[in-house]
Amino acid sequence: MHDFYLSMTGWLPEFLQTTIWIMLKIVLIMAPLMVCVAYFTFAERKLIGYMQTRIGPNRVGPKGWLQPIADALKLLMKEIIIPTKSNKYLFLIAPILSLAPALAAWAVMPFTSDLVLANIDASLLYVLALTSMGVYGVIVAGWASNSKYAFLGAMRSAAQIVAYEIAMGFALVGVLMAAGSLNLREIVLHQSGGLWEWYWLPLFPLFIVYFISGVAETNRAPFDVAEGESEIVAGFHVEYSGMAFAVFFLAEYANMILIAALTVLMFLGGWLPPIEAAPFTWLPGVFWFFAKTCVVAFFFLWFRATFPRYRYDQIMRLGWKVLIPVTLVWIVIIGLGKFYTPFGSFFS
Amino acid sequence: MGIDIRQLYKTFSLKELRKGLGVTGRQLFKKKTTIMYPEEKTPKSPRFRGLHALRRYPNGEERCIACKLCEAVCPALAITIDSEEREDGTRRTTRYDIDLFKCIYCGFCEEACPVDSIVLTDIHEFHMEENSERHIDKIRLLELGDKHEAEIAAARTQDSPYR
Amino acid sequence: MTFLQIAFYVFSAILVVSAGMVVTIRNPVKSALFLVLAFFSASCVWITLQAEFLAIVLVLVYVGAVMVLFLFVVMMLDIDLAKLRAGFTRYLPIGSVIAILLVGEIALVMLGSFNGAEYANPASHAADYSNSKALGLQIYTDYVYAFEIAALILLVAIIAAIALTMRRRPNTKYNNPTEQVKVNRDDRLRIVKMKPETPADTPADTVIRGKES
Repeated sequence: MHDFYLSMTGWLPEFLQTTIWIMLKIVLIMAPLMVCVAYFTFAERKLIGYMQTRIGPNRVGPKGWLQPIADALKLLMKEIIIPTKSNKYLFLIAPILSLAPALAAWAVMPFTSDLVLANIDASLLYVLALTSMGVYGVIVAGWASNSKYAFLGAMRSAAQIVAYEIAMGFALVGVLMAAGSLNLREIVLHQSGGLWEWYWLPLFPLFIVYFISGVAETNRAPFDVAEGESEIVAGFHVEYSGMAFAVFFLAEYANMILIAALTVLMFLGGWLPPIEAAPFTWLPGVFWFFAKTCVVAFFFLWFRATFPRYRYDQIMRLGWKVLIPVTLVWIVIIGLGKFYTPFGSFFS
Repeated sequence: MGIDIRQLYKTFSLKELRKGLGVTGRQLFKKKTTIMYPEEKTPKSPRFRGLHALRRYPNGEERCIACKLCEAVCPALAITIDSEEREDGTRRTTRYDIDLFKCIYCGFCEEACPVDSIVLTDIHEFHMEENSERHIDKIRLLELGDKHEAEIAAARTQDSPYR
Repeated sequence: MTFLQIAFYVFSAILVVSAGMVVTIRNPVKSALFLVLAFFSASCVWITLQAEFLAIVLVLVYVGAVMVLFLFVVMMLDIDLAKLRAGFTRYLPIGSVIAILLVGEIALVMLGSFNGAEYANPASHAADYSNSKALGLQIYTDYVYAFEIAALILLVAIIAAIALTMRRRPNTKYNNPTEQVKVNRDDRLRIVKMKPETPADTPADTVIRGKES
């Protein structure tokens, strides 16, 4: 395919050729992702509805399936109000700052063992670095809108994300200790051999910690104090409307899908089928990856429908005093178990 | 103090969180209680207090005698009444306006009315597009009463044993 | 011009401009944000040099954590800009001396030992070459003592910072979450079963409210 592309665009200068080729690949990943994000919002409303014995949106299109498109159209038509005395440029950059890292992280996501945009060596670190960038969107939005509520939301979010970033990082340290690699593709390949070889089993506490930190990192219920409707209206995005608000919304859901996909890659065997035998291996790896991501993403929605919001000091306590010590202890256990006990193979 | 093993187990096995997830998980498969509103409707009580109407006697004479009790009892001051003597010597209203934005649909006017003239019907699906439409006058009220007399009367008979 | 070269020039230009803005812009929050941009473009430049581990760690540590806390503090400060700019002329001489010194030092290094031809192109490595692995090997073999000592110093600094800022305020009321989660329904709630009361149970002299008047 690449050769065909090169023959078609031979008349272009080399740098343009490269740029357009990369752009094409990016679009190929982004377009389905955006559709997923749109329908994830729909899934959320439907699921939470079902859990509250309602049926959720069902009017737009057959069974409500056009609802996300209607929402997007509505938000597109609405005016973006820029508050007076706000910092205009930062106000408009903030939504982009929160969406861009969530999308950029997909560059290193291995959908199957060959289907990856950029198979870089330290892709795990790359993803971690980009997810930590997402907080800037929130902080800048909070500061630039020149509003008390937005600012409070931004401050809460900043402190929370820094705290959970550490727990998340340590959970990933456990994964890379087990896999001996920073490359997501190799981490998945190390888990081959069926359900019991996946890392969720030997790294179970880290799996739980990672997922909880992931929920906190994406500012989702029960850790959504940055939005905290009941206390600070809508937190960092009070002042946003129209498409600027929609971009924040997209970023939140894109982040959720990202965290779900990462959980799948690192703890649930990525594109590998649960049993490496005939009926399961017939299905393509992308299917398994997608199916597992859906299951993990379902938990995000399930949590939101179930748990009440944490109090802020409880969030901080959970992050610093519970999750980080748990990960530290388990890292030591992995280290000792892998190299000094006969069960070394269990941990890798 | 000391370390409570049961407590530790409860904390680290996330017992209570799993319990909570179980509750919502079960709800997921329960029968849904949603009523598809414009197509389906919930039953309404005969005491439902909706849009107002002025009733007439079966012979076509309007019931209202302009006693202004409803105007006096109205806690929201939504009713305005002017009255005059009619040619036949009876006291009748020349003006009977209800401000629907002020009205709190408490039903006191209906309770106060000695001749069962002003009533609250069970119509709750009404709207206005202009600010001026919020006042409904005597003509409109009587029209409403004429149109829905059957239902109004039926609701009153149904409720009468409890009055 | 290759793609890599264009990328390098674009990132370097952004880096230089944003670094300049860090020191010239008035608003401290914007200045901090430009510093973030500078870090980010620096890490992009490093990636073009195939030092992806360092580049990513720069983003992870400085952009993802340090600058967030920095911004956190800067945003909450109520900085009087007029006051900040008041002493500008007074500090100008010493400031310029330091600036000249810095530029001179860098120039000395650049002109003396930095040979453009020698460092221009990093050797390209085989596909399975792992930057992070090489770095790890270096740190944990050749430089293990220096690395451990640095780690220890950082640990001491963390403990010192906590010790300095930790204050017990006797008047503040804290709640203890450990105690809170241990709360049991049976410790606090008692369900009393009793027969419904009938008018006959009520003593005769009891005045029932609402019937007084």
